[in-house]
Order: sequence, then C-alpha cells, then structure tokens
Amino acid sequence: MLIETKGLSKFYKHKDGIVEAIKDINLGFNQGDFVTITGPSGSGKTTLLLLLAGLLRPTAGSIKFQKHELHSASDNVLAGIRSKHIGFVMQNFSLIPYLSVLNNVLIPLSLNQNGERTKSDYAIHLLETVGLKDRMNHLPKELSAGQQQRVAIARALVNKPNLILADEPTGNLDPALSIEILEVLKRINIENQITIAMVTHSPTASKYGNIRIHIDKGSIVN
Amino acid sequence: MKIYKLVLIEIWHRKSQLITALLAITLGIGVIVGIRSVAVVSEKAVAVNLDNLGANILVLPQGTSIDNYYSADIDAPTFPEDYVEKIRTSTLQGVDNISPKLTRRIKINNQSVVLTGILPSNEIISKPVWQTSGLSGQALKATCDTSAANKSHGYEDVRLQRKPIETLQQNECIVGSNIATTLKLRQGENVNILGSDFKVFNVLGETGTIDDDRIFAHLHAVQKLTGIENQVSVIEIMGCCNAISDGLLGKLRNILPDTKITTINQIVSTQIKTNQLMNKISIIFLIIILFVGGISIGNSIWANVNERKKELGTYRMIGFTKGRIYEMLLLKASILGIIGGILGYIIGTLSGVILGPQLAGLNIEPIPIFLLWSVLISLLISLLGSLIPAYLAGKIEPYKIMQEA
Repeated sequence: MLIETKGLSKFYKHKDGIVEAIKDINLGFNQGDFVTITGPSGSGKTTLLLLLAGLLRPTAGSIKFQKHELHSASDNVLAGIRSKHIGFVMQNFSLIPYLSVLNNVLIPLSLNQNGERTKSDYAIHLLETVGLKDRMNHLPKELSAGQQQRVAIARALVNKPNLILADEPTGNLDPALSIEILEVLKRINIENQITIAMVTHSPTASKYGNIRIHIDKGSIVN
Repeated sequence: MKIYKLVLIEIWHRKSQLITALLAITLGIGVIVGIRSVAVVSEKAVAVNLDNLGANILVLPQGTSIDNYYSADIDAPTFPEDYVEKIRTSTLQGVDNISPKLTRRIKINNQSVVLTGILPSNEIISKPVWQTSGLSGQALKATCDTSAANKSHGYEDVRLQRKPIETLQQNECIVGSNIATTLKLRQGENVNILGSDFKVFNVLGETGTIDDDRIFAHLHAVQKLTGIENQVSVIEIMGCCNAISDGLLGKLRNILPDTKITTINQIVSTQIKTNQLMNKISIIFLIIILFVGGISIGNSIWANVNERKKELGTYRMIGFTKGRIYEMLLLKASILGIIGGILGYIIGTLSGVILGPQLAGLNIEPIPIFLLWSVLISLLISLLGSLIPAYLAGKIEPYKIMQEA
C-alpha cells in the first residue's frame, strides 16, 4: 500500500461552531492507481488532498505514506517527503512567474544534491515528454493555460515521485485542453506507474480514475 | 538550480523594488562614509599643522578673531611693540623666544600678498620645514631644563631645533614659495613693496601653510611702509611645555592684561572638537541608519513576502522547509545589504572627493578600509531588518494559499 488512512478526520473551529471537513475516512491506494475524488463544493475534497500531502495536520486518525506516519511527522520530515515522493498539479498551475519554463521544472531539484547537468538534462527530457522543449526558455506568462499546466505536470514529475496530487488540474482549461491534460496524466500513470489522486468536479475527468471516490459532507459516500 | 540563483533571478525580476529598498541604506552609508572621510583627513590636517607650527603661544590684541590660528594676525588690530620689552623684562621662566610681527594684506603687481614684518634674531625658524630651506642660524638655547618630558616632545629631534634668523636688512625680504612662483621672484632679485625696493634674501621651500603666500620683511620696515609705527599685530612666543603647564599663560595675562593670549592647544582644540563633533555625528547617523535602514529593508522584504505569498506557498508545497524559506529571504537581504554598502561607499567617497575641497577646504582621498566597514554595517542592518519578515514568511501555510486558489 502506497498511502493509507484510518479514521482520518479534520475539524475546523469556526465562529458558528466546529466544521467537520473530513470525517472518519478510511482508504488506501496502491502504486499505479489513478484515483479521482469528486463531490460538491465544500464537501472536503481539497482538504482530503491536503491531508494526504502532509500539508494539513489531521484532527484525528492516521495517514501512512509508505513507511512514514504523516500525521505525526515533523514539518521538516513532511517537507522532505513532499520534495522526494510527491508531485503537485494545481488548478492555478502554481508556476513561479519570473522563472523560465525550464527553471520552474528544476525548482524541486534545487533541494537535492544531484549534478546540475543531470538535473537539467532530465528536466529537458520531461519538457520534451509534455511537448514543450522548444518553449523551455519562455516565461509562464508567454504560454497558454494548457501549456502552463503541462509545465506544472513536468515539474510534478521531475523528482520521480510515487504520488501525484492534482487539485482540479483542468478547472481553468477549456474541454479540449482538459482532455489533453487528462491524457498526459493518464499516460504518466500507466507508463511510470505513478499513483495519481485527482480532485475534480468534472464527470469526464472522473472517468479517468480506476478508483473513484465521491465525498459529501466530509465522508466517502461512494 | 541553486538557491542563490533563484534569489538573484527574483531580485532582478523586481528591479524597481530593489532601488526603493536600497535607497535609505545607500544614502545612509554614503553620509557616514562622507563624514568619516572628511573627519579622517581633517584629523590628519590638524596633526600636520601641529607639527608645522613652531610657536605655541600667541599674544594678540583684544578683539582679534582666532578662527584660524595661522591667519589670526592678518589685518588684526595692533598693540605697542613695547609689550615685547614688558615680557622680556618680566624674567618669566619658560619663555624660549619672543617674536613680534606686524602683518598686513597688500597688493604687488595686482596680486594679493600677505606682508609680515619680523625681527631678525628674534624670529625663529620655528617651522620644521623652514629648516630645510637653507637658512642658517644657531641653535636656540632652551631656558627650561631638558627633562624627559621635553625630550619626549621632540626637542632632541634635529628638525625641531629652533634656529633664529640671524640677519635681515631693512631692504631685504624672504618670500614664500607660492608668492615667489606667482610673482616670478628668485633669490637676489628685487621686488617693489609699497613703493620701496626690497632684495629677495631667500625663497622659502613649500610648507603647505599660509607662509607660502607671505612675504617676510624687517618689522620696522613694514611698520614704516604701512604707517603703523611702533605697533605689532601679534607676538609669537615659544613657551616651554612645562612652563605652560605651570601657568605661564596666566602670568603673561597679568603682564599684558589688555591682550588676548592663547596657546596652540586652545586653537587646535577647536579643530579637534570639530573633528570629535563629526565623529559624534557619524555615530548618530549610524544609529539613525540602523533604525531607518533596517526598517526600510525590513519593510521592503515584508512587502516582498506579501506580494509573494502564493509563490512562497508553492515553494513550501513542493518541499521547501521553513529553513529554506528563511535562507532565501535572508540571502536576498544579504545581497541587498552588500549592494547597499558598496553603493553607499562609492556615493560617500565621491561626495567627499568632490565636495571636500569646496566645503571643507580639504582634499579627500578614498579610504579603502571604509568599503569593508560599509559592507559589513549595511549587511548587518539588512539582516537585522529582515529577521522578522523572514520569520513571518516561514509561517505562511501553503494549504491556505492552495485553498485561496
């Protein structure tokens, strides 16, 4: 099992009382799974993703990623796990505006000690994979939305992760570009056996998952 | 990609912010460097002047301005020459030499010249630089003992042995180097002073003092030429250091109550106080810069953090630790500090070099060690100012940024 949660809950304090964002969720993904998480707005989809990334501390329950206990790990250990094993693809692309496409892809590698040349060669290879090698010296603002999302995918892949967490990766894209991005993710999932957990509103996107989870009011309903 | 490269790209991307952030610290460091450069040169100038000045007590008429020791006698009011005899007959201990002078500003060939009347055999070649000018004379016998204290003050130094000008005829003059050049005068030539011809007895070597612009003639000849008979404008006294400490000045004041008696210490102390004031101003500026520069850089880094919240959240999301975020921001602050220090040094030094001669009458030269101090101080200020913004940036939670999106 790559990632496993038991009794996972996350509650927020609010002026009107306690908000139960995630309630007693038990799930597990294996290496190579493509998981789609759907549900209405405010159902807790993104909160679940953040918990799986170690970006939020659960109120109760446990999260195990490989042999790491994410719920009790220190901030630095969590950061280390993210930098080595997890890639992120976000709705707003989360690219650094003043860095070139190549440098954006290289950022996660600035945290490890590999040679600059090796890193750069691999980043260029990934850009070639997502069809953007010829745009590697461009700034993000010089690219279309679809191209920016493909840069984000290349960046998510550069540290050779076991898991890619995607939060509405097609949310800002038109239907044709959405399909294009979903196909890229699917290809990565199949060819590299990287587990993908993708939050989406789109019924079309949800069909790409071999495991489909529907959440409502913080609980898995399907 | 290395972290420093990431920081450099970000700084370059926001060039206008760089200028704003650097303005306060650069100007502050520039002001400190400028003031310190002037102060250092001024301190050296005082030391040189002290060394070059022979006589250490001035007797001046009441009401004479003593803003500038070296020119206090020029066009000063006068008092009777008989005062010299009063001092001489008083048998005061510790008076090594008495040198009366009458000084007036005159024109020769439309050139402004300072004409100083001196008494030969009373006029000591008191400046060490005069000793090398070829004037002859006998060593003056000191009236006070050659105690260890006096030896330590350089009386054993050949260059400081006081020698009197033996002879200077009523129709002879000694010419300062600048005036000799301006009026094209050489030893043995004649020069017309206020209608009378004088033979150039000697041309002094360059002293770097106001003496370079003077013509020295016999006191009685100058009195006659200027129509100020039996009057002098100053009496220079070489007092024994021990005697001055023992109250020589007070005793002189008792003898000449209607005069202003001052020592070189009092004159130079004014300049020293000015230098001390400049040093104090430097320290005050340093404190101000510590606050203003630190707050300015801190404010700039904080504004930068706020602007980059989403970006910093992204860094945290993909695995940057809080430590790495601190490192990025403090590295940026360090780069700003180093640039600010270098620019401040350049601006301060250039200001000193350009404005020094005009405003302070001093030739300022760059002081390389100030570059090191400028960079260190600027670096320290930048780092101190950035500590809080960096700490707060480390607390940015990436999930909030992701949820905002």
